Amino acid sequence: MSETLINGLVIFVLATYLGAALIGRVPPTLHTPLMSGANAISGITVVGALLIAGAGLGWISTVLGFLAVVLAMINVVGGYTVTDRMLLMFKKDDK
Amino acid sequence: MNRATELLVYLVSAILFIVGLRRLQSPATARSGNAISGVGMLIAIVATLLVAEIVSPMVIVAGLLVGGALGFWVARTVKMTSMPQMVALLNGFGGAASLLVGGAEFLKSELVGEQIPLDTGITIQLSLLIGAITFTGSMVAWAKLQEVMTGKPIVFPGQKAVSALLFLGVLAMSAYQLITPDSLLWPFYGVVVVSLLLGILLVIPIGGADMPVVISLLNSYSGIAAAMTGFVINNSVLIISGALVGSSGIILSQIMCKAMNRSLANVLFGAFGAAGPTGSSKSSAGLSVRSVTPEDAAIQLAYAQSVVVVPGYGMAVAQAQHAVREIQELIERRGGEVKYAIHPVAGRMPGHMNVLLAEANVPYDKLREMDDINTEMDRVDVAVVIGANDVVNPAARTDTSSPIYGMPIINADHAKSVIVLKRSMAAGFAGIENELFYNSKTSMLFGDAKQSLTKVISEIKQL
Repeated sequence: MSETLINGLVIFVLATYLGAALIGRVPPTLHTPLMSGANAISGITVVGALLIAGAGLGWISTVLGFLAVVLAMINVVGGYTVTDRMLLMFKKDDK
Repeated sequence: MNRATELLVYLVSAILFIVGLRRLQSPATARSGNAISGVGMLIAIVATLLVAEIVSPMVIVAGLLVGGALGFWVARTVKMTSMPQMVALLNGFGGAASLLVGGAEFLKSELVGEQIPLDTGITIQLSLLIGAITFTGSMVAWAKLQEVMTGKPIVFPGQKAVSALLFLGVLAMSAYQLITPDSLLWPFYGVVVVSLLLGILLVIPIGGADMPVVISLLNSYSGIAAAMTGFVINNSVLIISGALVGSSGIILSQIMCKAMNRSLANVLFGAFGAAGPTGSSKSSAGLSVRSVTPEDAAIQLAYAQSVVVVPGYGMAVAQAQHAVREIQELIERRGGEVKYAIHPVAGRMPGHMNVLLAEANVPYDKLREMDDINTEMDRVDVAVVIGANDVVNPAARTDTSSPIYGMPIINADHAKSVIVLKRSMAAGFAGIENELFYNSKTSMLFGDAKQSLTKVISEIKQL
């Protein structure tokens, strides 16, 4: 295994533990926005998609790259927008 | 921008995602947290566009515009009752994007005729497998939730064996692809097609009632798929974000399983509900229910000091949440106290019921978790059960022969009196009789929940 792969694995494992620690403290009332917000974050694949789409590789870019950018962007924009829409509705009792 | 600056900018993005998730620990800070996370995403996208050698800018522009517009439109128009479908769809798209990027990376090196290093080869195979399973699995989950296909488990003889064989087939083709020095395309397409099939086979045997677990798990897969893409293109912000999402989905799946007293393996492979109504050993024969009018219910509620509402998904289907909130305000004006008892599987995804009540302007501090409300249930005057069934079934505590035995429930039967709003005496999702309905302190208010509650509202107003 190359050093790059091992470095990646180290980051992956540590981030998984960090994620568990963070998410474990999210109250159940916010679990749906948490999921849609997490969906938005997993749209980070858009970075990989952009690299393919912009590389000028013929159909690989115009079909696969284009589709990947579209799908990842639906995740990003859709995820953040719908999460915001939900969180806006959560109000405290002001009486 | 040089490579070092690029990496540092991605680090900033990752930190913003983490800060954003941290702010989700309280509803008061959650909205700004989501915005912070969004800024992190924007930074990552801009940085990528700045450093990438862009030969075909129009493809990028078109993709960003089409995807952005579609995402925005769906997010603005989706109904809150359809959030589980929306999340399923987003999970699937995330998986498909990872599949496409993984596939494109593979085909790219075929095209330019360069040898893929073994490390990258392995991660490409993994991103194909996980991306494809996430994609088709999520689409099946979406179809079940949207009710375009049956919510019942679809099972056939030898299903598990077929899935296992297909999985082994994927492994074999991947391994062959990695070791063969020849440039071959068939194992690549084979892995993609079989993985897509595997995603379908893994989700069809799971019943509609178990979809909350499945969506959470697929959420996790979509994160892991993103992380695999990160390994393929050697980008740590993808690995970090993917891992964060991956662990979030796993934790939510565990919470859901615990709330149903089932193991993850049982949810995934148990085909719960396939055999039709299982029925408890206790028969309802000879037992009678007490049906009441909206007037009776109004009097009971108007003079109650403390009321607990136990909502189920049936409440959302009947669109009764606004009427519930109105009754809550009427009782409060008369000096009573109203709380909502939320079972973890009350909606169709984790936290779904909370969102539906928030949409009806119910303040979130009136929402109580199951364990919290159960400690004070003895002192509650009236428990109002609306469109919920299995989550208040005492058989879960007492009847060892019941299929839901051991499942944690909201102890509505411990309240001084109970009003159950229900269409008819039909059994719940799991097809089990509920002895709560036959309890002497329970009054049944039959009919459409919204209509019944509207009548109750006008009756309370006249008192």
